Amino acid sequence: MKTFTVAKAVTALMLAGLVLLPLYSQLSGNIFILTLFTRIVILALAAASLNLIMGFGGMMSFGHAAYLGIGGYAVGMLAQEGVGSGFIQFPVALAASATYAVVIGALSLRTRGVYFIMITLAFAQMAYYVASGLARYGGDDGLTIYKRSDFSGLVNLSNRTQFYYLCLACLFGVVFLIWRIANSRFGLVLQGLRSNEQRMQAIGFPSKRYQLVCFVISGMMCGLAGALLANNTDFVSPAAMYWTRSGDLMVMVILGGMGTLFGPVIGAVVYLLLEEFLSQLTEYWALIMGPMLLLIVLFGRGGIMGLLGRLNRG
Amino acid sequence: MAEPLLRVDRLVRRFGGIIATDNVSLDVAAGELHAIIGPNGAGKTTLISQLTGHLEPHSGSVSLAGRDITYLPAYRRCALGLARSFQITSLLLDFTAADNVALAAQAHAGTSFRFFADARKEKGLRDAAHAALDRVGLAHRADVLVSRLSHGERRQIELAVALASKPKLLLLDEPMAGLGVTESQRMVQLLQELRKEVSIVLVEHDMPAVFALADRISVLVYGRVIASGDPAAIRANEDVKRAYLGEAHVVTHHG
Repeated sequence: MKTFTVAKAVTALMLAGLVLLPLYSQLSGNIFILTLFTRIVILALAAASLNLIMGFGGMMSFGHAAYLGIGGYAVGMLAQEGVGSGFIQFPVALAASATYAVVIGALSLRTRGVYFIMITLAFAQMAYYVASGLARYGGDDGLTIYKRSDFSGLVNLSNRTQFYYLCLACLFGVVFLIWRIANSRFGLVLQGLRSNEQRMQAIGFPSKRYQLVCFVISGMMCGLAGALLANNTDFVSPAAMYWTRSGDLMVMVILGGMGTLFGPVIGAVVYLLLEEFLSQLTEYWALIMGPMLLLIVLFGRGGIMGLLGRLNRG
Repeated sequence: MAEPLLRVDRLVRRFGGIIATDNVSLDVAAGELHAIIGPNGAGKTTLISQLTGHLEPHSGSVSLAGRDITYLPAYRRCALGLARSFQITSLLLDFTAADNVALAAQAHAGTSFRFFADARKEKGLRDAAHAALDRVGLAHRADVLVSRLSHGERRQIELAVALASKPKLLLLDEPMAGLGVTESQRMVQLLQELRKEVSIVLVEHDMPAVFALADRISVLVYGRVIASGDPAAIRANEDVKRAYLGEAHVVTHHG
């Protein structure tokens, strides 16, 4: 537990960097970097939530971006209707995500493997088209949020630094929760089911209900990310739930290391920084990004965390 | 007469035109070790799958301690005290031996919807796991990943997992499959010990082992029980000799 590993050192460095980032931003006067990293932290939160079902639960959900949209629309629609309090908006975002997860999970978990991937994708696309049809809330064009969630002076979301730290606290909180869950009774059952479902049933565990509960917890975590993301961009649109966004989240998780605690966070940081960097260099950045990701996935089994782990062994 | 622990009554299971289980009836008394033998394709695994709940019969019934369990799912039967081992080793390969066994104990010790406390630090579960591992002689391998254990050791873990749920009845599907001579002998010894504590249904190909262990033997041929009785009676039974043992006459020890 107390041994030094490269992976731990890199993780610690990254976390320290995330904590100190606003200081750097202030000293250097670089406001852009804070905005960029707020987005990175929020999407890292979404990736961490996906990792809970994908990495620990072994359920390949290809529709996780739906929760980004649901969380975002909960904030946007309430704001539009004049309910500006974050104490209402955020619980509604979580409840809406949980409701969606219960229904979709109960239906999707009847299938396995590639069918599970396809059905979660199909439901997310349905959510996308439903949002596109909400004429009152901007339809295809999306919905502008004129006022960020109001937490009555507790935190001010319009203050860049405070908002960044709120997002970071949410990320740390969620990673901490996932850590506790992974080692709990529930988490062991979940990982047992990932490993060998038939065996788990034979020793007395009804698999579906554990997987469904996991699906719901993960969905709520991602719904939180959605609510934060909408506040960050002051805008929510159907594009937040488009399937390519679900794919982005999957890539972050796989890139960083599925089933590891901080892998998805590292994955999100690396993926989004690369995207930012390469898109400044060339318009055809995806041409560089694609092969790079391919190489990491092909040769670095276990993602970046896996690579770092092997470094340690020599 | 006392209610048998396991009662199988006129069980039928068809696959298309083939009747894999044909009107099978058998009783297992509490404390008994009941062996089921039969040539390949006799329907032994089909029968076991219906007992464990992985396959539904077309007619007939299965009851455990007087309770009808014919259509209960596998996990409910397990809660009622029915544990099984798999013919082909089926463990959580990326878990340690102790974790594999502790999960079986956990399934029978309160709810698993606990999300916060570290389950590996629950003393009750760890103790139960170590006791079961000790029982099969693998306590010293507790913290090794199952994927790194030998085939023989995995067969023993299978048993430990089954034991950890404190079953009333143990269904063992070919526990000797793939074991070497010394490993087999150790397994027979272990089963000799276990049968004092728990009733066992044993499906096995290893004839010397079966005749050494069983109180009663049922012989399954083409899905039908053609004979049932104590080892001496089975050895003397002409139908059994013709149908199954006749080919090699290897009923006597290591013939």
